[in-house]
Amino acid sequence: MSDKAAIDHKTWFTPFNAISGTIIIIGIVISILRFTVGLGAVTHLSDDNPWGLWIGFDLLVGVALAAGGYVTSAAVYLFGMKKFHSAVRPAVLTGFLGYSLVVFALTYDVGRPWRLPYPFIMQQGTTSLLFEVAGCVALYLTVLFLEFVPAPLEWLGFKKVRELAVKLTLPLTVLGVVLSTLHQSSLGALYLIAPSKLHPLWYSTYLPVFFFVSSIIAGLSMVIYESALSHHYFADKMDAAHLQESEGVTLGFGKAASLILAGYFTIKVMGIAGGDHWHLLGTPYGLWFLVEMIGFVALPSFLYAVGVRNKDVTLIKWTAAWTVLGIVINRLNVSLIAFNWHLPSARRYFPHWMEIATSVFIVTIGIVLFRFIVTRMPVFYEHPEYKD
Amino acid sequence: METIYYTYQDFYTHTKGILYLLMIVSLFGIAGFWNFLTGKDDDNKENE
Repeated sequence: MSDKAAIDHKTWFTPFNAISGTIIIIGIVISILRFTVGLGAVTHLSDDNPWGLWIGFDLLVGVALAAGGYVTSAAVYLFGMKKFHSAVRPAVLTGFLGYSLVVFALTYDVGRPWRLPYPFIMQQGTTSLLFEVAGCVALYLTVLFLEFVPAPLEWLGFKKVRELAVKLTLPLTVLGVVLSTLHQSSLGALYLIAPSKLHPLWYSTYLPVFFFVSSIIAGLSMVIYESALSHHYFADKMDAAHLQESEGVTLGFGKAASLILAGYFTIKVMGIAGGDHWHLLGTPYGLWFLVEMIGFVALPSFLYAVGVRNKDVTLIKWTAAWTVLGIVINRLNVSLIAFNWHLPSARRYFPHWMEIATSVFIVTIGIVLFRFIVTRMPVFYEHPEYKD
Repeated sequence: METIYYTYQDFYTHTKGILYLLMIVSLFGIAGFWNFLTGKDDDNKENE
């Protein structure tokens, strides 16, 4: 065996490739089952629970965690916080991949996926929240693509097209903030239609506000968490400016997340007071609600504050991971755990293992694409020919 | 224990009353938290 062949063999058979390859093969098999036999073969969805893990996790969590794109772009281009500039491209890439995978996951969940464009050509009326969500997600995915496109254009060497794309940055950022405000809140508003199905501690007429405010927290925390992981795995791809600004990004975003978490905690308490649901806090669902509120909202707010005060970057990074987990729990509580809470356990929903495997498959595709892109395109560094 | 209300007037008088009190507490609470969050900013700047 030649040396080159030995190196190739060594390069391809890594633990990452082996694990992600296995997951992708299993995912492809399940995908074939899903699209040939139907939803019933791979899910536990029913008339009681027509929305399951693919909506609760892939869509609601996916959209929330992809909020880093608009949060970071707004901070840098609208509020003039240029010291966070190096965080924009990784955040926009995470947002773009996140939204792409949300749409990809929707093709699995929608019974007739070829009808996904229907809202734009034969919808039932513009007052539909699903129409609003569909419109915003489609437009925002386009915006994220245009925001990220300078990186592949620099990689491919298309200078003139890249210049045009860069000129669009500011209007695209404004559009991104507007569209995100609309659909992040609308995803919460979807559940306003089911006041009798969602547990009163999670149901509130302020659900759209809760979803929007928590999406900002998710975006900030995801940028910190993604940055921590990237520094661990892709440090060799980062230029000096990126490495230098990294601590400032973590401290700045940690401070913002701490304050917004405190505000979020306050409006959630107002939600309980407004509905006079104090007596429900002593029930099993109430205790789970307190775990979410104290463990995943109040605690990270305090830990972020301690981290910022003491400039403890490690504490902030761990808190970011904890907060991301809290957002996942919140979205699953609203869509699955506290939904249909009054039904007998036999009629409650628990995802089929193939639903879980599909979600893992979709997340794995995201990680593989992220890795593919950042190892080739100027995401963590400025391209030497485009230092503007 | 759940309070029983006989009219919407009773319900809103009670819940709005609690909400207004909570808003006053929140105003002071958030201001105090902001002080805690930024308390060391000046010290950190001086050290730099």
